[in-house]
Amino acid sequence: MAELNQVIGALNHAADIIENNKQHLTELDGAIGDGDHGINMSRGFSFVKKTLDEGSFETAADLFKKSGMALVAHVGGASGPLFGTAFLRASMTLKDKTEITIEDYINLLKASIEGIKMRGKSDAGEKTMLDALIPAYEAGEQAVQQGKNTVEVLQAVKEGSEKGLKETEKLVAKKGRASYVGERSIGHQDPGAASVALILGAIADYFSEA
Amino acid sequence: MVGIVLVSHSRKIVEGIRELAAQMAKDAPVALAGGTEDDRLGTDMNKISNAVHDVYSEDGVLVFFDMGSAYMNAQMALDFLEEDGSKVEIVDAAFVEGAITAIVDSGLNKSMDEIKADIASMKLGKMP
Repeated sequence: MAELNQVIGALNHAADIIENNKQHLTELDGAIGDGDHGINMSRGFSFVKKTLDEGSFETAADLFKKSGMALVAHVGGASGPLFGTAFLRASMTLKDKTEITIEDYINLLKASIEGIKMRGKSDAGEKTMLDALIPAYEAGEQAVQQGKNTVEVLQAVKEGSEKGLKETEKLVAKKGRASYVGERSIGHQDPGAASVALILGAIADYFSEA
Repeated sequence: MVGIVLVSHSRKIVEGIRELAAQMAKDAPVALAGGTEDDRLGTDMNKISNAVHDVYSEDGVLVFFDMGSAYMNAQMALDFLEEDGSKVEIVDAAFVEGAITAIVDSGLNKSMDEIKADIASMKLGKMP
């Protein structure tokens, strides 16, 4: 699926998409949270870009680990430890690989889900980033089972995350600042789930256009 | 003396708590991790690591936090700590009352266990 330079390309593209959607993410968060999600994500991913630009990486694990640490250190909200942990857990699945297959990608999504559950003490249905990430993983896993090609699997992951994101409108927030407004969070998309959908969408688009 | 670390989304909150506690305990080792590195509202793992480092001793360190990401960032800071992590504990307590009690206790040279016993009734169940 991807050599390290393509992984860097895909993550840079995801960072650009987050930057372009900064205002949108902040508006989603402003409706039910503390209104800083767009700024936090944009800041964190600008440091991921910096890390990718300036670093040299022996392995895919190294690349994901350093990117994750950039997120942990610079996001400034709950998304820092959560996205950071997702990247660090992804890193642990890749070990000394210098190329990522589509199966590796699905595996790292799974590991990310476990990491976020552990760090956030959260689960599906609580109106969080997991509600985009879990359906994304499940759709990708199913596409792999069906023998779909790389671009099709990435597309399935993207669509799974978007579908999950849409579903978060119906959920009552149980975690984070949005849990303070409880029932009033119904009707709004979860900003963390929106970020997940943007990132997974950007990765799919990067490889389908390549 | 037990080191006390205060983690909040707001720099003003931790400065206020330290100011209030200083009326009763001027000598206790207190380190602050309030706000983000660019001085916005939020919490910052590196600030927390540095704060722990600043007040670390064999007597141990207690970390108080306000809400949400403060706890997750404190956990991550402990995961990556250079010091002996077994002597550093994040505590579940009402932030203002718990921190001030602990700072005063530390000033009186109470041990980690004694301080934890004094704040045991102030739990808010914020460490799921």
